[in-house]
Amino acid sequence: MERDFTKSRLRVGERIMEGLLFVAAALAVAIVLGIVYVVVSESAKFFAHVSVFEFLTSTTWTPLFDNPQYGIAPLLSGTFMATLVALAVAVPLGLLVAIYLSEFAGARTREMIKPTLELLAAVPTVVYGYFALLFVTPLLQQWLRPLGIELPSFNLLSAGMVMGLMIIPYIASLSEDAMRAVPRSMREGSFAMGATRLETAFRVVVPAAISGVVGAVILGMSRAIGETMIVVVAGGQMPQMVTSPTQQGATVTAFMAQVALGDLPYGTLEYNSIFAAGLALLVLTLGFNFIAFWLQRRFREAY
Amino acid sequence: MTAIDAGRERDITAHPPGLDARRFKDRSFIIWGVLATVIGLGTLLTLVLELMHDAHLWPFAPWGQSVLSPRFFLSFPSSDPAEAGILSAWVGSILVIVTTAVISIPIGILAGVYLEEYAPKNPVTSAIEIAVNNLAGVPSILFGLMALGIFVQVLGNAGRYPDFLPEGFRNASADLFGQSILTAGITLGLLILPVIIVATREAVRGVPQEIRHAALAVGATKWQTTQHHVLPYALPGVVTGVIIGISRALGETAPLIMIGGLTFVAFLPITRPGDATFETIGVLDEYGAPLNSAATERVRIESDGIVVLPDFTERPVQAGQVLDLPHGTTIQTTASWGDAIASWSPSNWLGQEFTVMPIQMFNWTSRPQAEFLELAAAAGIVLLAITLLMNGAAIYLRYRLRKSIKW
Amino acid sequence: MTLQVLRNAGPAAAVAAALALGVSSAWAQSNAPFTIQIDGSSTVFPISEAIAEGFQQQAQGRIRVAVGESGSSAGLRRFCRGEIHIADSSRPIRASEMAACAAAGIQYVEIPVAFDGVTVVVHPSNPLSSLTVAQLRQIWQPGSRVNNFSDVGGPNLQMQLFGPGSASGTFEYFTEAVNGTARASRTDYTPSEDDNVLVQGVANNPGGMAYFGLAYYEENRDRLKAIAIDNGGGPVLPSRQTVENGTYAPLSRPIFIYVNSAELRRPQVQQFVQYYINNAAAVSARVGYIPLPASAYQTYLQRAQRRTAGTAFGGRAAIGASIEEVVQRRLVQTPVSE
Repeated sequence: MERDFTKSRLRVGERIMEGLLFVAAALAVAIVLGIVYVVVSESAKFFAHVSVFEFLTSTTWTPLFDNPQYGIAPLLSGTFMATLVALAVAVPLGLLVAIYLSEFAGARTREMIKPTLELLAAVPTVVYGYFALLFVTPLLQQWLRPLGIELPSFNLLSAGMVMGLMIIPYIASLSEDAMRAVPRSMREGSFAMGATRLETAFRVVVPAAISGVVGAVILGMSRAIGETMIVVVAGGQMPQMVTSPTQQGATVTAFMAQVALGDLPYGTLEYNSIFAAGLALLVLTLGFNFIAFWLQRRFREAY
Repeated sequence: MTAIDAGRERDITAHPPGLDARRFKDRSFIIWGVLATVIGLGTLLTLVLELMHDAHLWPFAPWGQSVLSPRFFLSFPSSDPAEAGILSAWVGSILVIVTTAVISIPIGILAGVYLEEYAPKNPVTSAIEIAVNNLAGVPSILFGLMALGIFVQVLGNAGRYPDFLPEGFRNASADLFGQSILTAGITLGLLILPVIIVATREAVRGVPQEIRHAALAVGATKWQTTQHHVLPYALPGVVTGVIIGISRALGETAPLIMIGGLTFVAFLPITRPGDATFETIGVLDEYGAPLNSAATERVRIESDGIVVLPDFTERPVQAGQVLDLPHGTTIQTTASWGDAIASWSPSNWLGQEFTVMPIQMFNWTSRPQAEFLELAAAAGIVLLAITLLMNGAAIYLRYRLRKSIKW
Repeated sequence: MTLQVLRNAGPAAAVAAALALGVSSAWAQSNAPFTIQIDGSSTVFPISEAIAEGFQQQAQGRIRVAVGESGSSAGLRRFCRGEIHIADSSRPIRASEMAACAAAGIQYVEIPVAFDGVTVVVHPSNPLSSLTVAQLRQIWQPGSRVNNFSDVGGPNLQMQLFGPGSASGTFEYFTEAVNGTARASRTDYTPSEDDNVLVQGVANNPGGMAYFGLAYYEENRDRLKAIAIDNGGGPVLPSRQTVENGTYAPLSRPIFIYVNSAELRRPQVQQFVQYYINNAAAVSARVGYIPLPASAYQTYLQRAQRRTAGTAFGGRAAIGASIEEVVQRRLVQTPVSE
């Protein structure tokens, strides 16, 4: 059948299609705006009753009790403690794996290990929470008891460690990508001077890829900050200023989940308090994501 | 210049000081690297083994002693751990995932195609790209928070709709949203949208320009090129992304907790053939009670079952019987295949309460009794198996893609 | 080749699917089973859950029951907004909630379903065996600085406190009975509406201490140790006998369901509530609570059938009430002042 491609009907169809595609893509913007709008507007209702000063400086968070206190510092301290433990586990292990894969391992080993490691990131987080509560915590309790440390059943150490294991793929994969992007000529120059692979790795490759590596670490950190289920199951739900990972504490995300597990009466201060907590979370994670992306783009531009 | 003599130890160009130590460090680093990798991979293995151990799976217990039996998949959750199972959970997961897929796949693919093929380099496009990148990094619980604020509290509440809308519409819409499968599906769909968009972009980017040029050269329009030439080649990459996205949606708990707390759900939103169905006869008021309790109606029984009289006593009846039953009697029959298939209609289950597998596992993990922890481990194995299988399939697909490019 | 087939079959399949969808939606709507919504106290939850299970089996899917456990206060709040049919509560309805219900035009039938003895527990390895009410108050009062068991006659052991959150009826009851004012409590403990979290907390912590409904202790006897409470007459452990005869004081209390009296017109809700009352004795005993005397259940069954609205507590707490006396009380719909 002959088709006349010069007909304007075809042009109209094209235009409609293009419009549809644009709408689909613009939806992404709508979603981001939606999240920001909901979080900000509900938080605004919260801040109408609670001063931002109290929110940021008070060290007690008891919004559900009779004399409610609204200082977010305890939740932030819980988040940072758990994240710190997670990074303490993930950064050394992740970097070691990245350096090993990029500088030492053969191509076939790399092809096999990289995807398998990425499976670590695919495990549902509630399964990780179960693992932390029922395997890691008793194990740690056993190991720490001879040292005189009595680990409570809910603590940020187990939760943080399991979180760290979960984000190893982020740090390892992205750092390895960054290291592989370093030109071979730099490595070969180093080898020509008599350096070993290890020395080349630490003194040439990593410094050259440092912005990509730091970007990877920050992305991993942002992932840990936003993690919910592992801390809800294994970390405890008592908001307090944590000074040691052997304590239990509540993170920002755990608080939000805990309140949601009950009833959420629309319009009350308790309801709005989870949005205020969500606002803090949004600011933190988006801020770190921006820094990470900026860093990663910087390393890409250099080559 | 003196020739290098490897035998003379004082010649530092042949034997630089500390070379042996450096070589040793270099070689031994491999051990550290392997150790780190083993720790990473070993975690996965330990996880699987521990779940299998807790669920009393072979080889940790004699074969057949585990809760992970066919009965586990066909029973509802129960306060009695011996009877409990994940039926409502996996059916709920499937219904939610179907909704998620229907929402996120078309939009994600279209958006990805737009960004790669059509988008001009202007600030709007940059804004969209920034939005997509940021969405990928937003914690999942915030998606739940947004869904709570929009779908549950506003769209799910008939009282918060503007007054000019008809009341029937308001009620129907509030039923559909709220703490329902639809809301859950939308939330997860928005969550995995960036995954699908990015995967589509990379897949489309990988199609060589020659293909597009060839199509355009024979007079195809841009959309025809995209539809018939670019997309088919990009499809495997897109499918990989979709599989990863769906697998992620299956395992998400936090956003769903935000929109619908833990409830005891011991029923399915859909009907199975053989389930009991019912019908109440007579003229009923708004509460379902008969307006005239003295009136009776002559009814022909269609199939074997029971009738429940207004005083809640039950009477067995048989097909073919013709009885005078008081108004308010409920006739109970069994669902046929037709009824079952009709119940799969989205308008039936989209507005219903939901539970999914990760939430069920979370519920059981929170209980201290060892029997429930065993159930939690079993649920975890099912969840983990599905997730690892899907991701494994995606990885394999990606590997095949790289090896078997046809052009 | 597959693409060709899909391309040709696509539009036809889409039309067929749309038709099927439309037809089946009409069909499906007419036969949707009714779901009874229950929410509220985690103390009452084990009873409601078991009853809902038994009832749904008997009704063979004709009637569905969804049971939540958001806490007594949350449940009653939803109840007075008309969102749920039945509210589980471990304390009587409060004056403010009575006002909310009245404003929404909702009347309720108050049905005590069992007796509970709020149990204070510690880890089995803790040698502490009894506490006076005064000591309990020392530990749990607002601003309390008691952090070690040695302060209350126990071993030198750091306390790890767990307790119900502020939406819990157990929280309200305990704080009123022990601290004298409802909801007045120290805040530096791990709060959770989920009593299982509290059980796990104490069971895994040598220094753990918590309080919750008797059923959760009975269910986990091998993991927990109950503390005998001395209310002036010597230390008493909670048990069926001591709760029934009132010697386990002041922590013995009735636990309730509140049923929307208009919804009781629905045959499904009426049947469920009757089933609940008829089976409450057996189920509550099985779960670990103390059943009411049979005559009390009879009275409440009649009230459910007649949809007799009102509360016997006038918006006040149920401390020190015996069931015989409660059954006799006049029902009110407006709060009674002190």
